[in-house]
Amino acid sequence: MAVAADPPILALRGVSKRFGAVRALTRVDLDLQAGEVVALVGDNGAGKSTLIKSVAGIHPFDEGEVRFDGEPVRITHPKDAADLGIEVVYQDLALADNLDVVQNMYLGRERHKALGVLDEESMERSARETMTALAVTTLGSVRQVVAGLSGGQRQSVAVAKAVMWNSRVVILDEPTAALGVAQTHQVLQLVRRLGDRGLAVLLVSHNLHDVFEVADRIAVLRLGQKVADLRADATSQQEVVEAITAGELADAAGTEVDAS
Amino acid sequence: MTETEPRTPPQAAPGTGGVSPAAGAATLSGHLKGYLRRLASGDLGRLPIVVGLLLIGVIFTSLNNAFISPVNFTNLIVQMSPLVVIAAGVVFVLLIAEVDLSVGYVSGVAAVVVARLLTENGWPVVTAVALVVLTGLSIGWLQGVLVAKVGLPSLVVTLAGLVGWNGLVLVLIAGRGTVTISSPFVVGITNAYLSATVAYGVMAAFVAVYAVVQLQRRAARTRADLPVVPMTVIVTRTAGVAALGFGAVFYASLGRGFPLIGVVLLVVIAAFTFVLERTSFGRHVLAIGGNREAARRAGINVDRIRIICFMISATMASLGGLVFASRLRSVDTNAGGGQIELNAIAAVVIGGTSLFGGHGKISSALFGALVIQGVDNGMGLLGLSSGAKFLVTGFVLLVAVLVDSVARRGRTRSGLA
Ligand SMILES: Nc1ncnc2c1ncn2[C@@H]1O[C@H](COP(=O)(O)OP(=O)(O)OP(=O)(O)O)[C@@H](O)[C@H]1O
Ligand SMILES: [Mg+2]
Repeated sequence: MAVAADPPILALRGVSKRFGAVRALTRVDLDLQAGEVVALVGDNGAGKSTLIKSVAGIHPFDEGEVRFDGEPVRITHPKDAADLGIEVVYQDLALADNLDVVQNMYLGRERHKALGVLDEESMERSARETMTALAVTTLGSVRQVVAGLSGGQRQSVAVAKAVMWNSRVVILDEPTAALGVAQTHQVLQLVRRLGDRGLAVLLVSHNLHDVFEVADRIAVLRLGQKVADLRADATSQQEVVEAITAGELADAAGTEVDAS
Repeated sequence: MTETEPRTPPQAAPGTGGVSPAAGAATLSGHLKGYLRRLASGDLGRLPIVVGLLLIGVIFTSLNNAFISPVNFTNLIVQMSPLVVIAAGVVFVLLIAEVDLSVGYVSGVAAVVVARLLTENGWPVVTAVALVVLTGLSIGWLQGVLVAKVGLPSLVVTLAGLVGWNGLVLVLIAGRGTVTISSPFVVGITNAYLSATVAYGVMAAFVAVYAVVQLQRRAARTRADLPVVPMTVIVTRTAGVAALGFGAVFYASLGRGFPLIGVVLLVVIAAFTFVLERTSFGRHVLAIGGNREAARRAGINVDRIRIICFMISATMASLGGLVFASRLRSVDTNAGGGQIELNAIAAVVIGGTSLFGGHGKISSALFGALVIQGVDNGMGLLGLSSGAKFLVTGFVLLVAVLVDSVARRGRTRSGLA
């Protein structure tokens, strides 16, 4: 589905982020195309979560440009990201354990009938439809309380929540970090389906096996800089590992800082 | 969803189960099984409180059968009314995993303010009551801002409130001894009784609303092709509510009649239950109690909701003070005293709302207050001292928290936490 000539949905141009003395990101460029799953890899502290949080509006970039559909945009608040159609599934799942699946999926964007009464039926209906469309088959009932779900089920709910809104870009921070083999496979399939449905997907992962299973393209961060951007079918795990551990840094200043 | 038509992936083939409409309990036996399964997994619902109330009724009646007399029944409703009003506000604060220790003396401030405005300044009732509400809103806003915006722990902010508002009560009452209240409106709040006809009519209206709400929900779910509660369950529930409601009216009519404040309590509980369970605000309150960070990331204005919860708590405390003033027909230096805040929090917890946030119902204020006031009333009839009352109430609270934590452990084990 991804055609190289398409303009990217989301384009980062020379974005940087510092936390005091720590340069978490230094002049990073990154393009996300529709229908493409891009994996973002890198060692601990490489700046992956920082990049995601900045795109999500949790803490804006200090420098550089963010373009959406070719237009420069400013994302300074989570709402800005949501309005553009950028959805993030966080490493620590942002689900409320005491609420059920439907309540979580619509949290903060509930549908209403007259007089501000929650429209539970329509929300439950659409939640079910989304689950079916994404082929999330392991979930018994969408009225289950989230606390009762397995790690894989919770992750599926978090992902489904992200695509319910007319989202164009879905960003996942280590969605399989805490999952077993079967559940990892289940979530990766779900990620792949998001790409197949025409969304731009950015997947952060430490697990190269996972990355090669779903990604079209692999971007490597090292000490806050992008050191490689490779097509998954034209590279190898070994090449990626080398980039992660010893990729050449364009900006030597990045090494001055203890980025641990 | 996206501009691209979603391709139906092969896994979504019908019959692979997952989210099928049949997943719900469509039959009565299925519904019952579901209930028993929830019980076994530690979701005890109202069971402990019902058992507790029955125990209290049986024990105190066997010790002194005046406990169960119609007059004492209406007394109990009137006696517990300020506590229910205050506790109904406290539920919101406990649901967001905070606490409000100031409600006792906030109610005291409100009682003194209303008494002085009416008796000394001759204000019209409407403006005096409006000012009481405004007092509650302002105090709640102040405490809420200190907690939500400044980031101070609610325990400390409202403990300062407890001491400070007690001080304000003493300052406002200074040199006056006792201020009596003669406003027929204020006195009537807890001293008016409905005629049997009116009481039955009101109760019939309640039961009708209860039934219609359930039937409407069922119809809407049927239209949306979602699993529904079996009709037999709705009929049984409605019959149960009707039996309780009409039974209460009938029993009260053998004595003084059904008190007006009893109806007010039902309206308050019903209205807040609606707000908590059927509006976005209520949903956000529960979400904040369950996972504040998740609520924030969902774009909810967490600070605003937390401040509103403190405002609800203090406003209901003020109105509770008005009810207290009505019951006593006067206000003195003791206004707001007598561990009202502790009784209100204890009532909510005994009623089944978790101290840890995110789990609870408004009706826990009613049931919990009934337990606390039942014990107090019953022991009073036996001529026992305040000391003995406190010992027993403390014990009951401990049992309630024990039941809650055992149930919580059950929920965690079965993943319903
Ligand atoms: N809020 C913050 N305040 C200060 N420093 C921060 C903050 N967030 C991240 N950092 C620093 O920025 C750098 C990048 O961190 P980041 O969390 O983005 O790494 P990561 O690639 O996600 O690592 P991991 O694989 O461990 O999740 C680290 O040096 C980290 O200590
Ligand atoms: Mg990270």
